[in-house]
Amino acid sequence: MNKEKEVLLTMRNIDKRFPGVTALSKVDFTLRAGEIHALMGENGAGKSTLIKVLTGVEEADGGEIHMQGIEHPIQNRSPQEAQANGISTVYQEINLCPNLSVAENIFIGREPKKFGRVDWKTINRKAKEILDRFQIHIDVTKPLENYSVAIQQMVAIARAVDISSRVLILDEPTSSLDEQEVEKLFNVMRNLKEQGIGIIFVTHFLEQVYKVSDRITVLRNGTLVGEFETNKLPRVQLVAKMIGKEFDDLSMIKNKVDLSKNQEKAGVILEAEQLGRTGAIKPFDLKIRKGEVVGLSGLLGSGRSEMSRVIYGAERADTGVLKWKGKKLVVNVPMDAMKAGITYLPENRMTEGIIADLSVRENIIIALQAKHGILHLMSRKEQEEFTDRYIDLLQIKTPDRDVPISQLSGGNQQKVILARWLLTNPEFMILDEPTRGIDVGTKAEIQKLVLSLAEKGKSIIFISSEIEEMLRVCSRMIILRDGSKVGELDEDRLTQEEIMKAIAGGGYHA
Amino acid sequence: MIRKLRDQLGANNFLLLITIVLFIAMYIAGIIVYRENNFGRFQVFLNLFISNAGLIVAAVGMTMVLITGGIDISVGSMVAMTCMLLAWMMENKKIGAIPAIIIVLLIGVIFGLVQGLLIAYLKIQPFIVTLAGMFFARGMTAVISTDIISIKNETFLKVANAKIYLPFGGYVNKKGVMIYPYIYPSVIIGIIVLIIIFYILKFTKFGRSIYAVGGNEQSALLMGLNVKRTKLKVYVLNGFLAALAGFVFCLNTSGGFVEQAKGFEMEAIAAAVIGGTLLTGGIGNVLGSLFGVLIKGTIETFITFQGTLSSWWTKIVIAALLCFFIILQSILASTKHKRLKST
Amino acid sequence: MPKLKTLWRKLTGYSLFFPLTCLAIVLIINLIKTPTFFHISINNGVLYGFIIDILNRSSELIILAVGMTLVVAGSGGTDISVGAVSAVAGAVTIFSLVGSMSSDIYRIPYGLAILLGLLGGMACGAFNGFLVAKLRIQPMVATLILFTAGRGIAQVITQGFILYVRKEQFKYLGNFIPGIPVPTPIFVAILVVAVTLLVLKKTALGLYIQTVGINAKSARLVGLNATLIIFLVYTFSGLCAGIAGMIITSRVYSIDANNAGLNMELDAILAVAIGGNSLGGGKFSLAGSIIGAITIQALTTSLYAMKVTADQLPVYKAIVVIFIVMLQSAELKRMLHSMLNKHSIRKAGRKVA
Repeated sequence: MNKEKEVLLTMRNIDKRFPGVTALSKVDFTLRAGEIHALMGENGAGKSTLIKVLTGVEEADGGEIHMQGIEHPIQNRSPQEAQANGISTVYQEINLCPNLSVAENIFIGREPKKFGRVDWKTINRKAKEILDRFQIHIDVTKPLENYSVAIQQMVAIARAVDISSRVLILDEPTSSLDEQEVEKLFNVMRNLKEQGIGIIFVTHFLEQVYKVSDRITVLRNGTLVGEFETNKLPRVQLVAKMIGKEFDDLSMIKNKVDLSKNQEKAGVILEAEQLGRTGAIKPFDLKIRKGEVVGLSGLLGSGRSEMSRVIYGAERADTGVLKWKGKKLVVNVPMDAMKAGITYLPENRMTEGIIADLSVRENIIIALQAKHGILHLMSRKEQEEFTDRYIDLLQIKTPDRDVPISQLSGGNQQKVILARWLLTNPEFMILDEPTRGIDVGTKAEIQKLVLSLAEKGKSIIFISSEIEEMLRVCSRMIILRDGSKVGELDEDRLTQEEIMKAIAGGGYHA
Repeated sequence: MIRKLRDQLGANNFLLLITIVLFIAMYIAGIIVYRENNFGRFQVFLNLFISNAGLIVAAVGMTMVLITGGIDISVGSMVAMTCMLLAWMMENKKIGAIPAIIIVLLIGVIFGLVQGLLIAYLKIQPFIVTLAGMFFARGMTAVISTDIISIKNETFLKVANAKIYLPFGGYVNKKGVMIYPYIYPSVIIGIIVLIIIFYILKFTKFGRSIYAVGGNEQSALLMGLNVKRTKLKVYVLNGFLAALAGFVFCLNTSGGFVEQAKGFEMEAIAAAVIGGTLLTGGIGNVLGSLFGVLIKGTIETFITFQGTLSSWWTKIVIAALLCFFIILQSILASTKHKRLKST
Repeated sequence: MPKLKTLWRKLTGYSLFFPLTCLAIVLIINLIKTPTFFHISINNGVLYGFIIDILNRSSELIILAVGMTLVVAGSGGTDISVGAVSAVAGAVTIFSLVGSMSSDIYRIPYGLAILLGLLGGMACGAFNGFLVAKLRIQPMVATLILFTAGRGIAQVITQGFILYVRKEQFKYLGNFIPGIPVPTPIFVAILVVAVTLLVLKKTALGLYIQTVGINAKSARLVGLNATLIIFLVYTFSGLCAGIAGMIITSRVYSIDANNAGLNMELDAILAVAIGGNSLGGGKFSLAGSIIGAITIQALTTSLYAMKVTADQLPVYKAIVVIFIVMLQSAELKRMLHSMLNKHSIRKAGRKVA
């Protein structure tokens, strides 16, 4: 009967451009009353931009938003305006004040008053009533920070719902919840749905989408892929739609450089035994040979980045052993891994990669310099030679080797970071989303580079949200789901179908 | 056990509790050690308030600023300027006490307004803005006069020296006469300010916004609070309180000179930190700051009673306490962080 | 015209443009007010004149500003304890020389006493560094502890007396060495700057400090030990405070724990800011801070020359500070920009109409 439900919110032809990037292009979205509508897509698909446009954090460059019962198209210029129009959002990083009490967090900005003073009794009583309705029985007078993320999330939802919202947006609400907590959240969501509230559920977790949602809208690269009824869309197809390759369109994958031969001869260079870190990645085993490109595949939040970070020492492992060329390697800090010959290109270029105000030259030499040690400063001439060599080799487009890296385009910044690591002459490289947010041409260049590096005997861990790219460069793939390694696919099983099945888990059908 | 207590009370109240327990312990120790000197007399306790009335006012204002995540280091200079201006107006210009007081309070408001605009609307770091404010007020004090001006205005002195006897807590002296303890009007002002700010912080929308802004500015904005206006109001109010603290301070010293109240702002900050206010914002309580002031006063009293120790020991002991509280806060913060991470 | 524009842009883009302009303005005003401002003469075998005086008096400030620059660059915070720490260092040196009584006899060799004083300064700096780097306490809060306690500690060392060293040799460091016409503090400042520059140029320290200050996360991932580097800059700032303390005490051949280095921390922070350095950390210019320090002293000296008393000086300093930070305020630029834009849109709108 879903189809007969009345339409609550429509977004039509939404456009949003950022300098140099089109984040959204002619995107439509429809939400009906009393439905849970999953909004899905990989990184950079435009989910969060769409949400930001809807909630007034960003202004759209084109398109219209209609709310049921409001005659004119609405335009939200701030979260407050969105709220006034009945749209509330609960973000992943909970936007409440941890220092205030639970009750106050529900009522701040609209406190009930008595004789001109904030009426704490009413606040606490009402807050308790509201949370009781959510089946949460806690002491509402305690500071919010005393409670788990799950409870905080519920409090945020309670606040949003209590401000009489008709559209509730839940942005990755389950990322830091355990199974029981997720179940509880789902009950709350179903409850709200019964009351006729429309819920937009942004998430990466497939299982959860199938468990709770009625409808799915998929975005990819800023465009609408389509709107589907959840129970009519097989899981594998959903993955295909998100990742970008239609399931039934299995075009030929280009033949890779023939790596398999020298692999057989080459020995294992890196081996992990039950390596893991609580709360990030469950203990896993891993063997990587010389000259091999191993893909870590899984959706965002599956543990693919965490696995590589634990190997590099960006996060310290708390279980298991790492072996480098057969010998035990203790990695407490990144320098330990660097010394062995391991490098790491982080997923988030802006916050963990570039050193913004430093020049291209400094950004390139910093890792090698760190390896040399503080007393052995490379001469200016040496630095310039290295820089020029890599500007040339990777065709980095920069006006000068001494301009700040922040003035370069995203693709060229990424090349600088690649140069930084290549300069240290590593034997093992971890590349986490090296091509994200980069133009197509540079993307291909980086892929080629990865292959040629492997040919020269370097081992590589490659992580990407785009399966096509993974197929092009990887000779083997590790599949991760929900923070643990769930399988491996070697050369002969490396097809889109197999990968998507493995990522999706739970077989072909929902 | 301690951990459980911490969890029960929350970090906020836990720090306050430590401060209060520390004060009581110190005071009892004082009563025992200095029983010969009559440390236990109620008047000794009241003297803590009498000699620190100005600091109470300043610390209360500072607490409010710190809760927003800001800082105001111009307070000491403001106190000096206020004292000087009062003395100069009343003695050199023969302006009446009441108009003089109104003028200095107004100047305090304007001072706070300028600082607040720069901090809230131009987003200049509070430390730098109030550093300039500190320079300015101290310099203006000298521009007004480089002499020591003592106040002889009758109205002013009458108020300054009006002993208000309490009907309880007295003792019988050697001659068999009942001596009742007393306070001065300055103490009453201090207590009233404390109560008013306590009320504002606890029971008004403005007060709750202060906590929200300090807890998470971004969230406060998303929850529909006017962050800039809240900050502006806080600095204006604190400017007023700094001037008022100057007036109260002046009631004690009855005069103005350039070097007066140097380092006063740091004493106020130290009192607030010892009282459990976090300099990162969001957590703090004026009641704690009162105890912070009282602890500082008690240490001073110890050192006076001791007789052989010099006054600089006060600063060292205060700094040691400050160090203790800061490290304690840092440990509490990091365990909380770890706990949240592991869930 | 466009050529002129690019030249102008190039000039203003030059990182020392702003601090040099500030200094130039101060000097030009001086020259107009006091035509003899740039005169240098030799009296009693030593150089004499406003310029020499400015350079001489700014020595301590330059030294403190050097340490402060690195602290700001590496940790994005300020060290407000340097004034008090220089008092501690001075107290340590003089106490170890003469004990708790003013005297003209050294108890230990002069060099050793200086060394002890510097070690005292470094110990204070290391304490600050430990709090900031290891316990991750906000720099201002961490250094507030020694700001409060420092002078008390100095008092304890001197037992509350103003201790004098009545020995001619002790005055050399803060005044003149016989036969040399240039004030010694200038040499010390040059030495500190030179050694610091040498270390920054010859080792990777400068690069490391900037990297940590700009992006501590990236710094860790490229293998740097951010904690150690932050610890080091605070220790170095303590050392600089110690050196400044040596000069301050030698100038007046005594230690007054209450007044030695009083308010110097504020001037040092100001020097860093005037030097065009962001107080948020990251890229830094030592030269800028040094020019900033000289500017502050030039301002001070010239205001004295204009019969402004020492007590009133802060008023002018405050005005300069506010002026400078407003110039640097991104928010103000944004506001002006949007105002101008609105204006031009309105203009454009009118044209269309």
